[in-house]
Amino acid sequence: MHEKSIAQLSAGLKAGEFSSTELVGHYLGRIESTDESLNSFVTVSRDLALQQAEAADRRIRKGNAGPLTGIPVAHKDIFCTDGVKTSCGSRMLDNFIAPYDATLVSRLGDAGAVMLGKTNMDEFAMGSSNETSYYGPVRNPWDADLVPGGSSGGSAAAVSARLCAGATGTDTGGSIRQPAALCGITGLKPTYGRVSRYGMIAFASSLDQGGTLTRSAEDAALLLQAMAGFDPRDSTSAEEPVPDYAATLEADISGLRIGLPKEYFGEGLDPGVGDAVLAAVDEYRGMGAGVVEISLPNTRLAVPTYYVVAPAECSSNLSRFDGVRFGHRCEAPKNLEDMYMRSRGEGFGAEVKRRILIGTYALSAGYYDAYYLKAQQIRQLISDDFRQAFAKVDVIMGPTSPTTAFAIGERTDDPVTMYLSDIYTIAVNLAGLPGISVPTALVGGKPAGLQIIGNYFQEAKLLNVAHRLQQATDWHLAVPEGM
Amino acid sequence: MQWETVIGLEIHAQLATRSKIFSGASTAFGADPNTQACGVDLGLPGVLPVLNREAVRMAVRFGVAIDATLGRRSIFARKNYFYPDLPKGYQISQYELPIVGMGQVEIVLENGDTKIVGVTRAHLEEDAGKSLHEDFHGLTGIDLNRAGTPLLEIVSEPDMRSAKEAVAYARKIHQVVRYLGICDGNMQEGSFRADANVSVRPPGSELGTRAELKNLNSFRFLERAINFEVERQIDLLESGGQVVQETRLYDADKDETRSMRSKEEANDYRYFPDPDLLPVELDDAFIAEAVEGMPELPDAKRQRFSSEYGLPAPDAQMLTGSQALADFFEAVAGEAGDSRLAANWVMGGLSAALNKEAMDISESPVTAKMLGGMLRRISDGTISGKIAKQVFEAMWSGEGDADSIIEARGLKQITDSGAIEKIVGDVIAANPGQVENYRAAEGAKQQKMLGFFVGQVMKASRGKANPQQVNELLKQKLMN
Repeated sequence: MHEKSIAQLSAGLKAGEFSSTELVGHYLGRIESTDESLNSFVTVSRDLALQQAEAADRRIRKGNAGPLTGIPVAHKDIFCTDGVKTSCGSRMLDNFIAPYDATLVSRLGDAGAVMLGKTNMDEFAMGSSNETSYYGPVRNPWDADLVPGGSSGGSAAAVSARLCAGATGTDTGGSIRQPAALCGITGLKPTYGRVSRYGMIAFASSLDQGGTLTRSAEDAALLLQAMAGFDPRDSTSAEEPVPDYAATLEADISGLRIGLPKEYFGEGLDPGVGDAVLAAVDEYRGMGAGVVEISLPNTRLAVPTYYVVAPAECSSNLSRFDGVRFGHRCEAPKNLEDMYMRSRGEGFGAEVKRRILIGTYALSAGYYDAYYLKAQQIRQLISDDFRQAFAKVDVIMGPTSPTTAFAIGERTDDPVTMYLSDIYTIAVNLAGLPGISVPTALVGGKPAGLQIIGNYFQEAKLLNVAHRLQQATDWHLAVPEGM
Repeated sequence: MQWETVIGLEIHAQLATRSKIFSGASTAFGADPNTQACGVDLGLPGVLPVLNREAVRMAVRFGVAIDATLGRRSIFARKNYFYPDLPKGYQISQYELPIVGMGQVEIVLENGDTKIVGVTRAHLEEDAGKSLHEDFHGLTGIDLNRAGTPLLEIVSEPDMRSAKEAVAYARKIHQVVRYLGICDGNMQEGSFRADANVSVRPPGSELGTRAELKNLNSFRFLERAINFEVERQIDLLESGGQVVQETRLYDADKDETRSMRSKEEANDYRYFPDPDLLPVELDDAFIAEAVEGMPELPDAKRQRFSSEYGLPAPDAQMLTGSQALADFFEAVAGEAGDSRLAANWVMGGLSAALNKEAMDISESPVTAKMLGGMLRRISDGTISGKIAKQVFEAMWSGEGDADSIIEARGLKQITDSGAIEKIVGDVIAANPGQVENYRAAEGAKQQKMLGFFVGQVMKASRGKANPQQVNELLKQKLMN
């Protein structure tokens, strides 16, 4: 059953080939037997999953099932889930059980999807390798010595290893697309505001966006359909109509104008990854698309800009973890200051502390103009680059990440190299655009990703373009050995 | 040495919205701790603020009322600091772009002069919760019911030159927000709080170093705290010392201010625009809707009371002190048909009775209709002003309206000259010696003696005889 796509599973459920209870049981069994080595789940909500599966089966029998009814999915542990621990990969929230569901969680639940559990992640989504999690690193299903990418590394590994039919993730600087590329799956980061952030624990509020990690663009379309849309509880969610994503998946793409930014194919790019990306672009040429070179001149400024804006916002967003109302509180505090210092000192890991310090510094009196304000100005320039590009092309393509998956421990002592893993994805967040990573051919036996960037609210176009590649090639069907 | 006092006020007016500024929780005062705090108010992980449009409408009304430039595009910012009753570790406020820009109000000074005080800005923000230090055996209890209550922080220019001016300004802002119905103005419950920035300088020189005074929860304390602080600063400077920039707490029991924290200990609040909230764009339609049905404001009402009712300026000022009082007066005047008489009674007998019972005008057992009805009976001669006091007391203690009391107690004035003549005749007959003395007296002395006979007649009539008729009849009869 675990080889089937979401659409195939949905058809099987409706045809009575198997029940959701059987399907969920099968996946729970796979998690039990496989995940000990991968560490992709923080929490497996077995009983709740089986209850939801039974409810889904009843709904299927009554004949009012939707395309996601009974489909087993996993949520990144950054989404609040009523009654199920939401740790955000941190000791700080190791004891935190949210009293409510995130909008994304409740919308998928309403659509009948079954939650298998919560996936591992970099602590507070800060990381590109899933090594900053309080619950230990996640291993890449393609090679246990490699990282799965991050921060949605648990979701990417779980989908890649077929431990769930699909998963949710969040992407602040590449946290869906990069692990999707490194694990050989499809990762969609929608336009900022397309999916509600309510109930998604904030890292950098102006950049965070929930999205999907799936085996195909077709599956991504089904999940996004249920997740997307305005939410009155999130003022930054967009009051933009949600199109029927599945309806345009097969649309003809001849005449599609593809832009290749020269800045995305320069120094630092692994030649093998570059070749794999260009081979994918050639497939599009074969389908009648036109390819032009474009320039996004401020690309080199994206990483430094991001590492001012995101830490600044995180330094404020993480202030609520103070040991007063929820989360970790140190033993026997001597006084208020001692409680703050030890609770936060013990509750947060090194990378989180590093970013809180950077962000606090960037917002401090006397530095605000030089850092935060300047970063916001550059952010505008980066958005302008994209605006000018989209006057000439329909989509922008390039590598998702400069390399394939790297070894666990390889970059943990070198934060700057780690930060550069996200060099092609970060600008998309700064501009608020949608982007999708789809698998290319394997590079030296390891997955790599083609990133497709679209204009605002052009998710349907991205899914259509990605789906056409997945119809023409079988790259996305490659499965790690033994999975 | 001569010193000039310079004062600016920061007033926090709690806006009278039903729900909080960024959540749907109730803002009602006095509930059990933490029963009016939802996930958003608790700052739970993942929650997001959603702006209450009613708070924006109220801020716009205030801006229009003080003739301010409205911030057509205002931005919410985060003010970052750690405190246990600040759930998110930051307060959502407005910093660089407030919703209300420069405006002004007119205050009336004691000598009747008026003065314009500039209002630098007013911005929307959320209140914090409360820390309770008693009853927790050395620990601190946190009540987050107040967290997220909408506040309008109103910042004045340093235009006030005395504690009295500062109080006049604070009262004016209080009056405006109450007229607008955007704040209940309750200072005890903290719905209206004023902090004062106070400094002194040799007249005309540059601004001196200021101290910020907090915990001023009545107009009286505001005045006393400023006066204490001014004296403290002058003493300090005259003895060769220097004023330190700091926050000082007013202690009403000791009537003094004392240092709370110095500038060095002050937080770096690391303000930055809140990425969870969109900029607030005010378009013409929203502003028009916000000001629709805006009441007549105190200044306009005061001028109208002078011209329409012919009231002297101090009376007009007093009667427009609050919307409720002004409405009450207008209703009484309408019912009575004599606005001067109405003004005298509202400011006199009624106010005295209310003060005695510490009652608000809205709680008055004598309604405007009842009081006006009684005044009509004075005007039409049914009762005298003296009897009216009795009638008023009876109305106050719930015996009904004026007409029924007059009827039941037989207080109707005796105007039948035959009846009065008889009483006059009886009084003269009963006091032959006095009559003789009267006839022998002259001028002022005689006039004074007439008072004795009037008193006797009124007493015999139990106050009901028409005093004018009594006077005339007595003069006639005593001359014969």
